[in-house]
Amino acid sequence: MSTAFISAQRLSRRFPQASGAGELTVFEDVCFSVAEGEFACLVGHSGCGKSTILNILAGLDQPTAGHVIAAGKHIEGPSLDRAVIFQGHALMPWLSALGNVELAVSSRHPSWARRRVREHAMKFLALVHLDGSAMKKPAQLSGGMKQRVGIARALAIEPRMLLMDEPFCALDALTRGALQDEIVAIHKATKPTAFMITHDIDEALLLADKILLMTNGPRAWIAEVIENTLPANRTRIELHKHPNYYPLRNHLMDFLVARSRELAAHPEMRCKDLHPAVVRPAVATSTSQAAAAVAPQQPGQASNGQIASGHICAV
Amino acid sequence: MRAPLALRAAIISLLLFVGLIVVWHIGTKQTGPTLKMDPEYAKLMGSTVTQGKSAMPGPGDVGAKIWQHLQDPFYDRGTNDKGIGIQLVYSIARVLTGYLLALAAALPIGFLIGMSPLMARALDPFIQILKPISPLAWMPLALYTIKDSSISAIFVIFICSVWPMLLNTAFGVATVRREWLNVAKTLEMRPVRTALRVILPAAAPTILTGMRISIGIAWLVIVAAEMLVGGTGIGYFVWNEWNNLSITNVMVAILCIGLVGMLLDQLMARLQRVVAYAD
Repeated sequence: MSTAFISAQRLSRRFPQASGAGELTVFEDVCFSVAEGEFACLVGHSGCGKSTILNILAGLDQPTAGHVIAAGKHIEGPSLDRAVIFQGHALMPWLSALGNVELAVSSRHPSWARRRVREHAMKFLALVHLDGSAMKKPAQLSGGMKQRVGIARALAIEPRMLLMDEPFCALDALTRGALQDEIVAIHKATKPTAFMITHDIDEALLLADKILLMTNGPRAWIAEVIENTLPANRTRIELHKHPNYYPLRNHLMDFLVARSRELAAHPEMRCKDLHPAVVRPAVATSTSQAAAAVAPQQPGQASNGQIASGHICAV
Repeated sequence: MRAPLALRAAIISLLLFVGLIVVWHIGTKQTGPTLKMDPEYAKLMGSTVTQGKSAMPGPGDVGAKIWQHLQDPFYDRGTNDKGIGIQLVYSIARVLTGYLLALAAALPIGFLIGMSPLMARALDPFIQILKPISPLAWMPLALYTIKDSSISAIFVIFICSVWPMLLNTAFGVATVRREWLNVAKTLEMRPVRTALRVILPAAAPTILTGMRISIGIAWLVIVAAEMLVGGTGIGYFVWNEWNNLSITNVMVAILCIGLVGMLLDQLMARLQRVVAYAD
């Protein structure tokens, strides 16, 4: 098993409260790891600090306690090695689609000549099928096209890590599906380590190798890591036909609807060694029902694949 | 079929203009009682008394004067006899000098205030006190310290046009969207590059609004400033012609001031369109 490429250790983030009375602990002792080339999705309700975790990974925010190691180094600030696809596309409206990508490329390669920057940017616009709209301003592009430019901008700097903050949440279902397919293709082709925040269970099941489940806030934590037991060559169309689809989906649904709240109310359920349980929901193979839990990970050690019954480590 | 809006508006504008000229003409043409007098004395009394003409020039007089100025706008026959074109050029040069100096000061200070909440608070009392001071109130101080009337006028233009540009720059810079700054950060852009490639274009429409307000104020103030400092400029021209009791020339000058002010404003409006972006 590959070693952790991103490793978050006991992250906590506290914000001063608006009333001025004390601090609000959004999440506490969050631990997780993502292997190189792996696609991880973070799923949880609004307000549990998902975006803050992504911002910490991006280097845009600092944890109050704990730290993240990425590619063997402490994250101390933003880096061109970690590209971010923002929720609201965050394109510069005064630049054309091409100009937006060029800005990123020339930041990555300050020594490149204009022509080379342009060619490189065009290549990545073509990758997201926008080479025909390169000269258009963001205001002239549809929501899906804007997000494609955002994707091209992130990919054009050829990052080792791709961080996505609910990139498709503002798009309609059809556009979202098309973009998900592209992310699948791009991830297959370039294999960056990917970390994505989403609300959409099907999106997580399609894209992610591993799904991190976060409890409700305040003082949220990552309660479980779901390993995606669907075949690697899954497609959006075939996804729901696999026998493991419903066990996985039900498990995630159950977590989001009920357990994320229950766990938040019982902080004592938190794993003693702080590492979330690894669960591989699949069609029943033994007496244990759909979900089978792997023993809690030891610090710094990945799942060993050993099957144990029970849902969460603290039970 | 209805004519396009622009055409209908133009027709109304033209009718209003013609109406204005007609009312003006009627108002100034009426002949009062004339007196018989010694021709030498009549010369001293002027046409109001001798021919019953109104003291206020009519549209024909002003039109003829404009025509006369257009024939030779740039003549220079000594201190108090310069063409209206030359006077306008003097005023525009003063306005542009003071205005560009103000821009050069307002942009960096505005950036500083916009980017640093600390400096925004620290400089706020100074700005709040200095901003409402009438620019002409600085004139004696400027004349006393600079000891040059022309540079003092430029200083007055500087001080009156700096505030809108400063405050708008600060506001534009402070309200640049967080997400654009985050993009710049994740691209590891250096501060200067971020300022030039992200903050400046993002704040440009707000900055241009300040610049447009400033050029308007500067053009308002230059007339008054030149009346005080004298010598050259359209403001001095107006005051000089008032002293000559040439109301016709005063009216021509007023018209020119309006036209130049409009041109300056339109120039800024055009620049505004260049930097505007649809979001």
